[in-house]
Amino acid sequence: MNIFDKMVALDRRWVFLFLFVVVALAYFLRNHFTVDIVTTREVRSIYNFVENLEPGDKLLISFDYDPSSLAELHPMSRAIITQCYKRKVKVIGVTLSQYGAGMVEEIFREIGDVAEQEYGREIVYGEDYCFIGYRPYPAFVILGMGENFRVFFPRDYYDTPLDDLPIMKGVKNYDDVKAVLAITSGTTADFWVIYGNARYNMPLALGVTGVMATDYYPYLGNALFGLIGGWKGAAEYEKLVGRPDKATAGMPAQVAAHLTIVLFIVIGNIGYLLSRKTKKKLG
Amino acid sequence: METKWRLAAIVIALVMILAPALPAQDEGEMADSMPAEIQMEPPPAPELVLGEDVPNDGGHKLKLTWGYPAEWSDSVARFLIFRGDAPDGEFKSLGEAARGVTTYLDIGSKIKDNSDYMANDHDFYYKVIAVANNGTESEPAIGGPFQTSGQWFHWGKVPVLVGVVLFGFFTVLFINAARKGKELFVRPLAGIEAVDEAIGRATEMGKPILYVLGIGTAADIATIASFTILGRVAKKVAEYQTDLIVPCYEPIVMSVAQDVVKSAYMEAGRPDQYSDDQVFFVTNAQFAYVAGVNGIMVRDLPATNFYLGYFAAESLILAETGNSIGAIQIAGTDQITQIPFFVVACDYTLIGEELYAASAYLGRDPLLLGSLKAEDWGKGILMVLMAVGVLATAFGWNAIRELVRVIL
Amino acid sequence: MIVFLVSLFMVVQYYVPLDSWAWMYQYLIDWTIIIGVFALLLGIWSLWRVNFNKIKQRAENWEYAVITLAGLLIMMIVGFVPGWGNLNNYVYEHFFYYILVPIQATMFSLLAFFISSAAFRAFRARSLLATLLLFAGLVIMIRFVPMGQVSSYISDLSGWILRVPNLAAKRAIIIGIGLGAIATAFKIMFGIERAYLGRD
Repeated sequence: MNIFDKMVALDRRWVFLFLFVVVALAYFLRNHFTVDIVTTREVRSIYNFVENLEPGDKLLISFDYDPSSLAELHPMSRAIITQCYKRKVKVIGVTLSQYGAGMVEEIFREIGDVAEQEYGREIVYGEDYCFIGYRPYPAFVILGMGENFRVFFPRDYYDTPLDDLPIMKGVKNYDDVKAVLAITSGTTADFWVIYGNARYNMPLALGVTGVMATDYYPYLGNALFGLIGGWKGAAEYEKLVGRPDKATAGMPAQVAAHLTIVLFIVIGNIGYLLSRKTKKKLG
Repeated sequence: METKWRLAAIVIALVMILAPALPAQDEGEMADSMPAEIQMEPPPAPELVLGEDVPNDGGHKLKLTWGYPAEWSDSVARFLIFRGDAPDGEFKSLGEAARGVTTYLDIGSKIKDNSDYMANDHDFYYKVIAVANNGTESEPAIGGPFQTSGQWFHWGKVPVLVGVVLFGFFTVLFINAARKGKELFVRPLAGIEAVDEAIGRATEMGKPILYVLGIGTAADIATIASFTILGRVAKKVAEYQTDLIVPCYEPIVMSVAQDVVKSAYMEAGRPDQYSDDQVFFVTNAQFAYVAGVNGIMVRDLPATNFYLGYFAAESLILAETGNSIGAIQIAGTDQITQIPFFVVACDYTLIGEELYAASAYLGRDPLLLGSLKAEDWGKGILMVLMAVGVLATAFGWNAIRELVRVIL
Repeated sequence: MIVFLVSLFMVVQYYVPLDSWAWMYQYLIDWTIIIGVFALLLGIWSLWRVNFNKIKQRAENWEYAVITLAGLLIMMIVGFVPGWGNLNNYVYEHFFYYILVPIQATMFSLLAFFISSAAFRAFRARSLLATLLLFAGLVIMIRFVPMGQVSSYISDLSGWILRVPNLAAKRAIIIGIGLGAIATAFKIMFGIERAYLGRD
């Protein structure tokens, strides 16, 4: 087997090892080189929308993801809530994923501490934010919330009647919130577009994983006013909010991983083309 | 003394007569010269409050409209909306309409116990009050009685109904043609034709066959299509006496799959070879399921893997692990985002509707083939409609666009 | 017959917006949820039986079956004990945040490695179409790499690839899938397709 055949038939474990080493190095050396994050229009439109809200305006944020999508979607959730707390925009949290409750509690708690330390604001549950809980079958929940949140959520996650929460005063359905931001890793994104925006015409933006983002570009401009796609989208949002966090820290590793894959593709193709040429010569 | 008083009286009278003749500032100047907060004139009441039942729904919704003089639009900050059961009774606050907006959609609850319950066929009265920038309120304008009602048919969905009826017509047409013996050509599908070869390979190698139904529920079309193929595969496997492993993600899918495999074994005349342990539940957590299936692959080393159904992010993990153990892999899913992963890592891939068509391919049943041809005709008609739609949008033929518009 | 009548109702219900019909639809969906919950008991029984038999017979790799059953039992006990089955409980919180979350995130991150090996294997310039695929894949992947002015051209090109040919192909597949789904639904409704019942 000549060198070109070896390149073509490279054991996948070498690929895994090389990728691991490159990504680990890039992550540990992340403070030594930075990636210039260029913000895209679809991410900026969400940021500008929240920036233009008045203090006291309400947003419905749906955290519809599970621990497997944590790395991509948690940073964007954190960045959005940080901006909301900074702008004194009130957040109504909901989840349509069975694992979402744990994610939501963690984020609100963590960002609440950040807001107290950095912005000197005490974040009060029931006034600055609330979490109305989880229900299965997202399509029906989205339809039901379009009529009245209390159809599926008469009480919040902590068993307090919704009408007892100051933040829910005057909030009946999507008409009473400025927009819906759905951060999702599954088919729930389709349900928000089909049953939420198409039926009730509320302003809708999505935060999705990188692999899903391409499916939702066609909706930008009509059903969606913004789209945050994957880890890079989360890094863009962190840059806009002015608080670089885990997504920004991971950008060098992502760039390194992409370049590594490109390198292996090039190696494989060089090996393939030269191996084919050699075989032709030999007849 | 008398003269002085007379003169004074004349001067006062002259002033009172002549004062109105002095040049007066107009309202605008007066408004400018007076600070806004001390303008006390309330805005005029809204005009002609009208209510209209929202069509194509079950009721409990009413669209309110009213008129307002254009010259006051900048001075009015918002409109307050109230609803009551009688014009002189108690009114309940519903909400507000913003500056310049003269419509309001009242969505009531359909739940009787709810405080916001809005009964159908019941008289409602609405009160609209304009609130000026300085907070002064107008007189209320009351309109009514208005009623909401439910409709028996959603006229906005007529294009969908027409499409479904048309498709059903074609299905019946081609099924009848197939029943009469007409030869219906269907192009060969490499993935389906490879099924027999794949099962034979596993038999020769003495290794089991792994059949993964995906992470869908029994209600998903892809899972239902997969059941059909599972039945055919299980029958072949029973005839060849090869081992079959079917790890399931969902308990209902597991129950159905057990029935399908058991029936297939009975049809093949080998009921004794079937065991419920062949078709088992793993977990209904996505990545825990894929970890379990990967473990089965790495330990049991199946020679053939089938991935047919609804898959999400775990598709590549499954396919790559199967590739690493050297199994022949046939995949099929209707999830657009996962198809590229299967194409890259599997030997044969059924893309989208090819998975649904597999049952027709495997059995060559005239009924199934007829429905397959109907799908093709449906696609042809859609292509024509798309071309017409592009032209209609380009030339602004709105009537054609309205004809096919669906209102949900 | 049951399938036909229920599916006919579900089809007709789509066009009838009345409250009473919506209530019946919701009632059927509620039953779907209830049946799903009871079916979970079947699933747990299947999992238990398969793994218990492996342990009893000391079959190959029976140790993994012990771990599976141990995990099942521990989470069930923790979940059922009054006051323990939520994230305010120390034990439940630790199982969720320090076992479940990292394991699921780890499995998802395997995708990065598998994508690299799959891309290395699949993106070969074997033919004209394969070369086009290779080129498109490379453009999409390097759009995140900062390369100065070149980056903006690549970004524009990758955007065009995503918005035009990629979208066109996706829409074509989606239309086919939609029609296939309708046809399959018709087949199930009229009893032409009966595989889900366990027989042809």
